[in-house]
Amino acid sequence: MKRALLVLAALAATFPLAAAAQTASPNAGRDLAAACAICHGTDGRSQGGAPGLAGQPKDTLAKQMRDFRDGRKPGTLMPQLAKGYTDAQIDAVSAFFAVQKK
Amino acid sequence: MSFEFTRRDFIKLLGAGTATGLAGCATDPAPPAKPVGTVIVIGGGYGGATAAKYIRMWSGGRIQVFLVERNATFVSCPLSNLVLGGSMNIEALTMGYQNLRAYGVQVIRDEVTTINVDKKRVVLKRVEDLPYDRLVVAPGIDFMFNEVAGLDAKAQETILHAWKAGPQTVALRKQLEAMPDGGTYLLSIPKAPYRCPPGPYERACQVASYFKQAKPRSKVLILDGNEDIVSKKGLFLAAWDQLYKGIIEYRPNQEVKQVDAASGTVRTEFDNFKGSVINILPPMRAGDIAQQAKLITANNRWCGVDWQTTQSVAVPGIYVIGDATLSAPAMPKSGSMANNQAKIAASAICAEMLGQPLNPQPQIVNTCYSYVSATEAVHVASVHRWDADKKTLITVPGSGGVSAQRTEIEKQFADAWAKNIWADTLG
Repeated sequence: MKRALLVLAALAATFPLAAAAQTASPNAGRDLAAACAICHGTDGRSQGGAPGLAGQPKDTLAKQMRDFRDGRKPGTLMPQLAKGYTDAQIDAVSAFFAVQKK
Repeated sequence: MSFEFTRRDFIKLLGAGTATGLAGCATDPAPPAKPVGTVIVIGGGYGGATAAKYIRMWSGGRIQVFLVERNATFVSCPLSNLVLGGSMNIEALTMGYQNLRAYGVQVIRDEVTTINVDKKRVVLKRVEDLPYDRLVVAPGIDFMFNEVAGLDAKAQETILHAWKAGPQTVALRKQLEAMPDGGTYLLSIPKAPYRCPPGPYERACQVASYFKQAKPRSKVLILDGNEDIVSKKGLFLAAWDQLYKGIIEYRPNQEVKQVDAASGTVRTEFDNFKGSVINILPPMRAGDIAQQAKLITANNRWCGVDWQTTQSVAVPGIYVIGDATLSAPAMPKSGSMANNQAKIAASAICAEMLGQPLNPQPQIVNTCYSYVSATEAVHVASVHRWDADKKTLITVPGSGGVSAQRTEIEKQFADAWAKNIWADTLG
């Protein structure tokens, strides 16, 4: 019992609760992506001025987010926003946009 | 456009149910599934209109949604300071609700007078009571005029707030146009929290921009009830110094206690000030209907909610979003936030009514631009994540920030934000 608890504690330390919780919701990607709509349009279909995200390849979107987050890609507010997303969240949001109609 | 409802229309409309179509619901091309209940949304601003649209979208049309809005059109508060500066007209900020109908949102132009919590019904001014299974309350703010002595109904005819975009915005612009050169525009800011933290400082920029070009001997006097600039301080100070030197005067710790409209005098605790045009932002609280429904839980002003779902802490089954809420830490009362909070509400309501698991960890963003001139803008951005231990939304450590400096490119991004959030909110 004690040992099991230790293992659990170790797991919790390795995988932050955030990532674990994300996988529990079937709508995690959809809900995360909805926040982007204020600049990139509903479901990533931009009305212009900001890049459309709908139908872009998942890997491209995820790479751009990581590049913003990790300082490899300059920008105005995207580097600041990207720092608020875990790898799991970036993958979830990118997967959602990738399957939206352009 | 307007929705003039008669009793007969209304009965027809109830009968129509969810058959009003799913056109525009790109996520679910299937024919209408069995309806699972009714959501009423009170208030068609950035929060309410977004909630109505997303509940229709995310329920695949299975939840019937009524949006009750007393105004015929949506007028955007964001960008309305540009009307005062002269680079935008109010028509460009005015939009109808017709596109929401493509999502099956049933828009009712009416006003809710009472929420009957026990019977789960709303009482409307013009049509019959409406029953609901879940209620979204998004009334925005109302003003506490009584907190400023002398700001009675008569004084309010000349001392405007223009803090709800629309006729007052246009009227304030006219006052500025009529003001002789050499006059003073006096802007009073209440103690935080209030709607749109950087808005007053942006307004000062816009009015100064107009004066610089049309009335160069005129002044902008800011009386701030707060001890310092509440938002984007460095960026506003730089704009005032570099663009509007000698025009804008900033006075912190000057909470307005009294006005005398006839003599154009404003009194704070220790000082008196004169203005040719006086613009008072009175202290604010959640909109009247929230008060009626006893949703206000904090300082007699704001509605406490569980930020994991936006459900009221006072009344189960009612979700409160937007400026009316008691904000989570470091969360501004902004259009972006109201739109994003609406999506937390929509996700939670859909999950509950459709029997799906609740998203345990909502995460939303705020992006808020201020136009410091007709051609340049600055931003503040933040990411807010549900924290299960703290039981609120917290800003994700290390994320967010403000512009390095004002730029023309950020003005273009600000315009793009407006175009996209309007489409996201109104269909």
